[in-house]
Amino acid sequence: MTVEPKIALSPKVSDEIRRTTCYMCACRCGINVHMRDDKVRYIEGNRDHPVNRGVLCAKGSAGIMQHYSPARLRAPMIRTGPRGSGEFREISWEEALQTAVDWLEPVRESDPKKLAFFTGRDQSQSLTSWWAQQFGTPNYAAHGGFCSVNMAAAGIYTLGGAFWEFGAPDWQRSRLFMIFGVAEDHDSNPIKLGLAELKRNGAKIVGVNPVRTGYNAIADEWVGITPGTDGLFILALARELMRTGNVDLDYLIRYTNAPWLIVADEGESEGLIARDGDGTPLVLDRKTGAVRASSDGDAAPAVKGTVTLPDGRTARPVFELMAEKVLSDEYAPDTVADACGIPATTIRRLAAEIAHAAFQEEVVIDQPWTDMRGVHHDKMIGRPVSFHAMRGISAHSNGFQTCRALHVLQLLIGSVETPGGFRFKPPYPKPVESHPKPHSGVTPGKPLDGPHLGYPMGPEHLAIDDDGTAKRIDKAFTWEAPMSAHGMMHMVIANAHARDPYGIDVLFMYMANMAWNSSMNTRGTMEMLSAQNEDGSYVIPKIIYSDAYSSEMVAYADLILPDTTYLERHDCISLLDRPISEPDAAADAIRWPVVEPDRDVRGFQSALIDLGARLKLPGFVKDDGSPAYRDYADYIVNHERRPGIGPLAGWRKDDDRPGRGAPNPEQLDRYIENGGFYTAHIPEEAQFFKPFNKAYQDWAVGMGLFDAPQHYVFNLYCEPMAKFRLAAKGYGDRQPPDNLRQRILETFDPLPAWYPPFEGAMVDGFPIHALTQRPAAMYHSWGSQNAWLRQIHGRNPLYVPGSICETHGLVDGDWVWLTSHHGKIKVPIARMDAVNSHTVWTWNAIGKRSGAWALDKDAPETTKGFLLNHLIHELLPPKGDGQRWSNSDPITGQAAWYDLRVKIEKAEPGPWSEPHMPAQQSPVGVGPDDIAYGEEWT
Amino acid sequence: MHPAPSIIVFTTLSGIGFGLMAWLGLGLGPDGFWFALLACGLALGFASIGLFASLWHLGNPQRAWRALSQWRSSWLSREGVASIVTLTVFGLYALLWVFFGVRTPWLGIPAAVLAVVCVVCTSMIYGCLKSVPRWSKPPTSPLFVALGLAGGALTLAALAPISGPAGGVPFWVATVMILVATAMWLVWSTKARETRLDADGSSPETAIGLPHLGRVRLLEAPHTAPNYLMREMVFQIGRKRAEALRKLALALGFAVPLVLCAIALAVPAAWPLLLLAVPVHLAGVAASRWLFFAEAQHVVGLYYGQRA
Amino acid sequence: MTTLPQTTEKKLGLVIDLDTCVGCHACVIACKEWNTGGYGAPLSDQDPYGAAPSGTFLNRIHTFEVTPSESRCGSAASAAQIVHFPKSCLHCDDAPCVTVCPTGASYKRSADGIVLVNEDACIGCGLCAWACPYGAREMDHDAGVMKKCTLCVDRIYNDNIPEVDRVPSCVRTCPANARHFGDLADPTSDVSRLVEARGGVELMPEQGTKPVNRYLPPRPKADIDAPDSIDLVALAEPETAGFLSWLDRALERLG
Repeated sequence: MTVEPKIALSPKVSDEIRRTTCYMCACRCGINVHMRDDKVRYIEGNRDHPVNRGVLCAKGSAGIMQHYSPARLRAPMIRTGPRGSGEFREISWEEALQTAVDWLEPVRESDPKKLAFFTGRDQSQSLTSWWAQQFGTPNYAAHGGFCSVNMAAAGIYTLGGAFWEFGAPDWQRSRLFMIFGVAEDHDSNPIKLGLAELKRNGAKIVGVNPVRTGYNAIADEWVGITPGTDGLFILALARELMRTGNVDLDYLIRYTNAPWLIVADEGESEGLIARDGDGTPLVLDRKTGAVRASSDGDAAPAVKGTVTLPDGRTARPVFELMAEKVLSDEYAPDTVADACGIPATTIRRLAAEIAHAAFQEEVVIDQPWTDMRGVHHDKMIGRPVSFHAMRGISAHSNGFQTCRALHVLQLLIGSVETPGGFRFKPPYPKPVESHPKPHSGVTPGKPLDGPHLGYPMGPEHLAIDDDGTAKRIDKAFTWEAPMSAHGMMHMVIANAHARDPYGIDVLFMYMANMAWNSSMNTRGTMEMLSAQNEDGSYVIPKIIYSDAYSSEMVAYADLILPDTTYLERHDCISLLDRPISEPDAAADAIRWPVVEPDRDVRGFQSALIDLGARLKLPGFVKDDGSPAYRDYADYIVNHERRPGIGPLAGWRKDDDRPGRGAPNPEQLDRYIENGGFYTAHIPEEAQFFKPFNKAYQDWAVGMGLFDAPQHYVFNLYCEPMAKFRLAAKGYGDRQPPDNLRQRILETFDPLPAWYPPFEGAMVDGFPIHALTQRPAAMYHSWGSQNAWLRQIHGRNPLYVPGSICETHGLVDGDWVWLTSHHGKIKVPIARMDAVNSHTVWTWNAIGKRSGAWALDKDAPETTKGFLLNHLIHELLPPKGDGQRWSNSDPITGQAAWYDLRVKIEKAEPGPWSEPHMPAQQSPVGVGPDDIAYGEEWT
Repeated sequence: MHPAPSIIVFTTLSGIGFGLMAWLGLGLGPDGFWFALLACGLALGFASIGLFASLWHLGNPQRAWRALSQWRSSWLSREGVASIVTLTVFGLYALLWVFFGVRTPWLGIPAAVLAVVCVVCTSMIYGCLKSVPRWSKPPTSPLFVALGLAGGALTLAALAPISGPAGGVPFWVATVMILVATAMWLVWSTKARETRLDADGSSPETAIGLPHLGRVRLLEAPHTAPNYLMREMVFQIGRKRAEALRKLALALGFAVPLVLCAIALAVPAAWPLLLLAVPVHLAGVAASRWLFFAEAQHVVGLYYGQRA
Repeated sequence: MTTLPQTTEKKLGLVIDLDTCVGCHACVIACKEWNTGGYGAPLSDQDPYGAAPSGTFLNRIHTFEVTPSESRCGSAASAAQIVHFPKSCLHCDDAPCVTVCPTGASYKRSADGIVLVNEDACIGCGLCAWACPYGAREMDHDAGVMKKCTLCVDRIYNDNIPEVDRVPSCVRTCPANARHFGDLADPTSDVSRLVEARGGVELMPEQGTKPVNRYLPPRPKADIDAPDSIDLVALAEPETAGFLSWLDRALERLG
């Protein structure tokens, strides 16, 4: 026997650990970046961080390959070839910024709305929106409109908060967890941590999704629902619970608008909440039979019965209206079973399991608390059933109603903001009324009259002219999508190209791959971006684009402002925006340059601040006209939105109470010392029942989340929808166009409802649903430039259910034509049985255009990868009257990606997936042939 | 398994070289100088080229000497050690014979035994791999030994007339050995064809440890493009191509040499035909060796969608 | 060195929970990034931006579809389930990769049972990879040496790493907590208890390799076609005659 070799068991790991925030996706996990010889040795999760508690996903660990990606842009560029060609010349930042100023200054002075400024996966919306507001254009939004605005808006309108950033399941105490339509979309590490915790505790996980991958693969039960029918399924569950009396009546009466009286008479107030002279909603006291203000602490509100109001109108409580609606046979399990693809027995059993967990396994915490009416409670009683949902139920034309139905289901069993249920994360909960309203008032040379985006409470808040014309280029907040709270980024290019409602002069975009995977009708979008007038000028005259990488969109811009990688930049993940809070703590975070850029690039936000100063936008310059902020870091520290309230809540000066205080020049240093984030814990008595919990409200005011307590109740009934419906019936000054009246009447039910998704109802001969899911190891288009991640997902077969394979004689590796009402693609397939039998699907955004992302021209992403986007149009097929409606939710304008219907035919194999677009010239060349990362350390 | 040219050259040439050494060591063939020079030279040449070819297969051939250390457990190491010892012993035997005309059985017989040991070691490099049932189940060592000895005998018969009479024992030995090798190959091939990937009970279900859950099918491989494992061990060969090669191997490796041997036996003057038979046989054995690798399935394929 | 130790003091290994693994590939990449700058040669990548990118990884995830023999009816969803399956070296007690190694580069540590490759002695013959039934070893193209899971031997004893982090990189990062590390020779260790409680299994025991790593099988799934296990109506008021009468009584109780 020879002796075992001696090996170094304690080798040196790194010179230094720099703790910052990940940006490999939208989760914003804390990361420890280990540096060695000024190079990134490796990246691991930060154990102290509230979001990921030490774990890190594949994308996060692959950050090295993203940071050193060959697709990184190197310097500002100006286009030299035709749009789309990818031919550029590198220029200096001075020239780039001056060019931008030369383009933007005249727009601001003459007609600010001719700038459309839209940001994609932007985590600095409180800055970018403020910049756009100071510029004066109404045309600003981020990507929420084509992402998950239905989920967000339904949450805000119903609960005063939404899933993901603004709320989370009580993983620790839930006994039953149902997850709908989630495939690694958002919050991925927290969800995985949560699922593991549920499993440890023996709780049951039910996955509702047409595809049984990822979370659904490990769910204890998989409900392989047919796309677009989630609302039916949820309402059937609600019906069973109501039918059998398994609802939390006490909770509903105390904490929701269930007892509020709704005007029942036909006329201009039909469907509105009956209010007293002060505007306080009225309830019927079941003890005295009197109509009283809902705020009267000693009232015992009724939830049924018809009452005559003092002014003679009749009214009925919300709960009775809802019971009437939900208990109808329309939502009976036997009625919905076929459409949903779920046996009626399963629906009944799941309803029983929900009831069992909620009421037989109730959670009691011995924690006294006091509610907003001053009533003292000895305990916190919870219903340990929680839910999470995202894109899958959201990206349908019936998504808003479906999301609302889900929230109403949560309310029926009393599981919102109670132990074991769903909990908000600061700055939420926040009543819908306290959100801004949309603003679109333009004055040349002046800021906009208020924030762009918000939550309309009725037709009075629409962004339309007196003649009904849209004020915004994306037609958000018009009758086509009255409650489009996140704007409609997916409509910008089409509308600008059609000059409808008006033409624009400059399109300015950030981190949004609109010329490829972020657009419906991808080829059409590319054509619109490069469309020319008769005189040879472009229909969209100037395009400025900022991105860190050589994405497909770069080739369509005239001026490129190269962004840094996430390890080279400052950022703040702010309580003013989309913070990293958890249910038991408010938290925000920063990024800081843990590596210095080796290229002539600047963080977009710093460039934007510089541009703001050059344009002399109010707030971006001091009184003497000099720049107010040196760069984004300076802005993060010194900007104050309200006195004492800035982008970051932690370590402010004179910090007698957390959250508020004067700017502290050392604030970023304190953040860096603390691992890049700040946490303020919520007191124990304030941890649950937050909207009605006095201790929470006091704490939130102290933190500066609000300036006064914001008590409210949840909305089973959504009154703004009733207002839009009244307008559609002809009441009020602001009237929808006649062609939309019927649609508004049918879809704006103030109580949750279900209607079939539009595309499926309009097209014939396209029997199959087609979806995409995001793979866990990829984030949109970013992953394909990543040498490690692209080895995992270098192409994306179309997964076809076994039954469809058998019908069409398809086996693994065959190719098919997939046809929709709009287009046709040729793609390779793989068989899959663990999928809804009417549904084909593929991984999202793997397909790439040749020449982009520093990939070889024969990369599998371009030869075999594909996008479903080519099959999806931003408009629905023409109706009988020749009109074409937008392919979105009629309420919020959310892009209805998942309404897609297709048919399938066997095709000759390869050689390429179709359509095969011609190659772009790569402005950054192609990556190297070999990588041996870390060789100097081994 | 990937049929790497270096490994095919290694096993084919070293086999025939050691086979020839075995016969020479046993005293077969004439004692004349020219025969001694050519036969010993060819034996050492085949074996050495084969052994050198095996070095092409290495990622770090400069460290090949280290491969001599683990003879207690590793057949590859044993092969290395045995080769060196055999080449040394046979070298001495050849030295004395060629230059001093002394052909001593005291070196010859040990060299012959060692030469067979070398071929056994070569075969056991593959035959010991339980992960490749098609190698570990059928009689792989007898096959390699029979092929080596047949090739050696054939070469010896082709060279014998240089210094001796055409015909006689060397021709008979060659003919019989080709027959034996043909039989061995047929036996091995039959057994190999019956040996499926599940010969030890392995299946995609046992591969993931869930034999009771249901039928297991690969939905998504861990990587899009082939990796080392797939290139090396999940080699896929078309059925038509394999069938064509099998016929080629049968014809070149066995049928043609046998016919030529028969002619030479019948008409000793036609012995130069045996000079043709040697490369033909080698080509046939190389083809069969290509199939030996290409048709062998490794159980790791169970993780990549293969199934018995 | 290629003879295996008779016994090892410890049997360090991984226990992987197939009930919890969501197939996110976090462990795959965490392994790659730690090890490409760690023990031995870097894990190189060939053609990383080209048509057939192919690099060395020590841990990979396969996705399998498992179809039970009996079919189901009444639902648009089949009974097929997905199993995400992470795979790396199992640090076998009877490791065939070790005994075939001609140079002694492959060895099993007698202290903890970790199977390692001494890359300075590795000639890159590839025989160990052939001997392994599991596909746990990959030859690095650039360095010409065999790479495999080291169980992060340069982490688990590393004084330069906080004690809590002295676990393999894959275990440290797993977001679903599906990976557990410990001494499987110690029946009282957490991993041994987990294996005991959940019926942990070996992979391909018929290969006779005696793997140390164990896999915890997925817990049985609820059968979507199962009859009602809880009677919803029984949960409600026994005399429920209809929603409105229930409502009246419920309101009475509220007072």
